[in-house]
Amino acid sequence: MDQLLNDFSPGLFFVQAFIFLVLILILRKVAWRPILDALQIREDSIQEALDAAENAKKDIEKLQSKNEKLLDEARLERDVILKEAREASNKMKEETKEEVSKISEKMIEDARAAIITEKHAALSEVKNQVATLSLEIAEKLLRATLKDEKAQKALVDDFVKELNLN
Amino acid sequence: MMIAKKPISFVVVLILAVFSNFSYIENEKDNEEIQGNPINTQEEIDAYIQHHLQDAHDFVLFTNGNTGHHIGFPLPIIIWDEGIHFFSSSKFHYGEEVAESKGKYYVLHHEKIYRTDATGTLALDDHHHPTNVRPLDFSITKSVVGILLTGILMILGFGSLARGYKKGPIPTGFSRVLEPLVLYVRDEIARPNIGEKKYRKYMGFLLTVFFFIWCLNLLGLMPFGFNVTGNIAVTVCLAMFTFFIVQFSGNKEYWKHIFWMPGVPVPMKILLMPIEVLGMLTKPFSLLIRLFANITAGHVVVMSLIALMITLKAAFGPVVSTGMSLFLAFFISIIEVLIAFLQAFIFTMLSSLFIGMAVAEHDHH
Repeated sequence: MDQLLNDFSPGLFFVQAFIFLVLILILRKVAWRPILDALQIREDSIQEALDAAENAKKDIEKLQSKNEKLLDEARLERDVILKEAREASNKMKEETKEEVSKISEKMIEDARAAIITEKHAALSEVKNQVATLSLEIAEKLLRATLKDEKAQKALVDDFVKELNLN
Repeated sequence: MMIAKKPISFVVVLILAVFSNFSYIENEKDNEEIQGNPINTQEEIDAYIQHHLQDAHDFVLFTNGNTGHHIGFPLPIIIWDEGIHFFSSSKFHYGEEVAESKGKYYVLHHEKIYRTDATGTLALDDHHHPTNVRPLDFSITKSVVGILLTGILMILGFGSLARGYKKGPIPTGFSRVLEPLVLYVRDEIARPNIGEKKYRKYMGFLLTVFFFIWCLNLLGLMPFGFNVTGNIAVTVCLAMFTFFIVQFSGNKEYWKHIFWMPGVPVPMKILLMPIEVLGMLTKPFSLLIRLFANITAGHVVVMSLIALMITLKAAFGPVVSTGMSLFLAFFISIIEVLIAFLQAFIFTMLSSLFIGMAVAEHDHH
């Protein structure tokens, strides 16, 4: 201890304190501050880049999930549209069928009516024909019967007799 | 290219480590010649090691063993003794002569300057310490040269790292080595101990002190014979910085925990007060002693192992003793490289821990 105290040089102590203080001040100015600032800036930029990458990844994931959702929605919509279309076409088919059947029924009805009319017309035609033919036959028959005068007279007499009675 | 570079730098480190040991040997031999008799007793070796551990007022690189001529350069002496005295250390002639400045006489005794008379008489006390007046010695000593060298290297190195960021976010060249070290101090030392919000304010001190201690520790392992962080004045100064920073950044909670510990009965509060005040002082004290002792011990061990070459020569012969001493010294030098980093780390770590304790928010009370 005695040796240590004897070895202690106050002059060197003050010189060292002075030099060290000046060294700290100079180095702070020319080295430590710019170095630490630069390191800070570099680290910040690296952090930023990492964050940006992370965010981009998240965005992509979000976008992907959004796309998935959109796709799902589209799929659902498609299903709905298809279903509706199918229903619509079915309905249309139904309707068409109904209409067609109605039309055909009506046509059948019409045809039937026409047939009946035609039949009636034909029948009346036939009746007329039959009447004409029977008249002609009757005329011919009368003519044949009333060829002689006597017969004609008898007939007239009959008529007259009938008339007189009335 | 990178593969080729690595082994070369490793070899350079090895050469430096080994060479530094040789330089110690060289010095030992020099001393022999100056003293006129070889250093081969335990006491003389101890004295030589003591001499190395101390600061020096000259920068001696080599000494010519035959003539006792030193190759190196003198350093400026600045003393405050009722006025400023400024002269070259060559006036002392490596401690052999009395230097005169403005009518006052000074002598260098064990690398300390004492005021004396024209004949250079020193009055020694029982502990062989001179009782003469010791003027305040602000000289640019070898340690100060080391400190300045480290400071300039740090300003150049980290200044270029800072400038590099203007060109782009990734540093190039040597800055690539420095950047992870800065990040290490920030992320492993300052942030976890001080806290995310407040660490930034103390980064200037922590980074400076970390690299300062590390560089000086490494400088001490190089062949120039620096021993800066093994100098008690330097470690006291560094610990004082930590001490004052901690006290000035202490918040209300910190002072409350020292003088009026919450959550304990009143007698305990009174009992704890002096203990806590003592703790306030022992923290920086442990810092300064730890650094000083580790580095001093490292230097002493390396030099003692080299001295084995001389002390074991009688027992094992010159070849075996030299081989043993070189092998052990080399091994310890490698460990010293590790300790150089470790001590810088521990000093910074504990400093930031103390700062963290002073600025911590005590939510649980």
